Amino acid sequence: MGFSLKGVGLTHANGFRALRDVDLRVASGERVALVGASGAGKTTLLRVLAAALRPDAGQVSLLGTDPWTGSPAALRRLRARIGLVHQAPPIPPRQRVVTAVLAGRLGQWPLWKALASLLYPVDPEGARQQLARLDLGERLYERCDRLSGGQLQRVALARVLYQQPDLFLADEPVSAMDPALSELTVALLNEEAARRGVTLVASLHAVDLALRHFPRVIGVKDGQILFDLPAGQVREAQLRELYAAEGSVPLAGMAVPMDAGQPAVAGSPPFRCA
Amino acid sequence: MSAVRRDPAALPRLGWTLAALVLLWPLLRLADFEPARLLEEGNLRAMGHFIGGFLPMETSHDFLALLGKATVETLAMATAGIALSSLLAVPLGLAMTRALSISRIGPGRRAWIGVSLRALVRALLAVLRGIPELVWALLFVRIFGLGASAGVLALGITYGGMLGKVYGEILESADSRATRGLLEAGSGRIAALLYGLLPQAAGELVSYTVYRWECAVRASVVMGFVGAGGLGQLMDQSMKMLNGGEAASILVTFLVLVLAADGVSEFLRRRLA
Repeated sequence: MGFSLKGVGLTHANGFRALRDVDLRVASGERVALVGASGAGKTTLLRVLAAALRPDAGQVSLLGTDPWTGSPAALRRLRARIGLVHQAPPIPPRQRVVTAVLAGRLGQWPLWKALASLLYPVDPEGARQQLARLDLGERLYERCDRLSGGQLQRVALARVLYQQPDLFLADEPVSAMDPALSELTVALLNEEAARRGVTLVASLHAVDLALRHFPRVIGVKDGQILFDLPAGQVREAQLRELYAAEGSVPLAGMAVPMDAGQPAVAGSPPFRCA
Repeated sequence: MSAVRRDPAALPRLGWTLAALVLLWPLLRLADFEPARLLEEGNLRAMGHFIGGFLPMETSHDFLALLGKATVETLAMATAGIALSSLLAVPLGLAMTRALSISRIGPGRRAWIGVSLRALVRALLAVLRGIPELVWALLFVRIFGLGASAGVLALGITYGGMLGKVYGEILESADSRATRGLLEAGSGRIAALLYGLLPQAAGELVSYTVYRWECAVRASVVMGFVGAGGLGQLMDQSMKMLNGGEAASILVTFLVLVLAADGVSEFLRRRLA
């Protein structure tokens, strides 16, 4: 299980070469952080791993199958086993939180169940449990456009938690959260992946967060893998090279001061992590 | 302080505006557009005479009973026509929507099948709505004889083409990220439509459907010519008998129906917002 990429290259429709010759092998149950400057190719890499982008070179094997040679039905079944937390939560503003979370299992549910759930939520308790882990259990029946950016990001996370994927992918899942909340959320992701024994790959803007929580850290630069090391062996010189274009290494820090843009989160009660 | 660079879009904007005016002028000439003739002495009098013929409105008890019956007939025809057209429009509109394509993600190996299928559906919708409902009605009259069924079928086909095209375009212009996210997580098309697209597009879809229903009410005037009954036929008779008062009452009925449709649409939009 896990996944492997061999010589993977991908050029976007606008001619931008997002990935070149990427070799990567991640075993089942491994937890990996992707770090690198913006535009380095982290999102493209995650979308290749989600079977959402087909590379134009190389071979991909996800959870033991090649997504692009099988039947469309097999591809759909594979996609239902992969969960990607998007950087911008892809949730319609008018949708209620409960619907947005239950939508995580649309790939597993038969159509009648999806239809029935719109008339009356089929598993509100299941949705509430995942939301409660992210401290949003009380907002079950609220509309998503009432939530702050950080709260919406947690709803999107609860959706993938509810999906219970075998391959858990997250694209900057804490970008709209303050440092303290980021810390707890990343810890929760790791705890969930470890408990269920599934593979976790998350891209993170803050390098210290990646180093603190993930056993394995991969640096991505210009669509290539710059380093692929256990967290303890990443050296500062490597990080400086990784972020040479940005001028400094981005850190979340452990400082408590909150993100000025997130007052709703700053006022929320302490986080529960299980 | 350096001067701000001139807006680079300004020159093209001026150019396109001038081009549009240059194109429009010969078109107006071709269409014999001479608004000044409206105000010529003889024409003003003729218009006044015509409009004056509409007053006073016909309000006799007999006529109002007839009008009520015709209104119900028209509403039934418009509603049946819209129901029939949505049978065509919903599946075709969905098939045309790129945002709901699964093969497009990746893109998959057989994405060209989806691309050609969408082009085919688009062409089919163009054929359905490209032929005016009157022509369809004249065709169906030969099959079903005079009456409402020809009218309903004609409305159903032309409006099916219009609704399908606009449904597809409304769904297309909604934010497709939610739908794409669901499809990428293995969801089926219909589930992705219901959970991803409809929450954003339902208001637009409903208001356009109600607007088309309103148009179908007016189109019943045309249907009247093929003997489909309803307000159209009544209007036809009144105009032929030069009974302006009756025509005015019918026009007021149309106005009331249009206002009612507007109210329903506004109510539904607010409920869905």
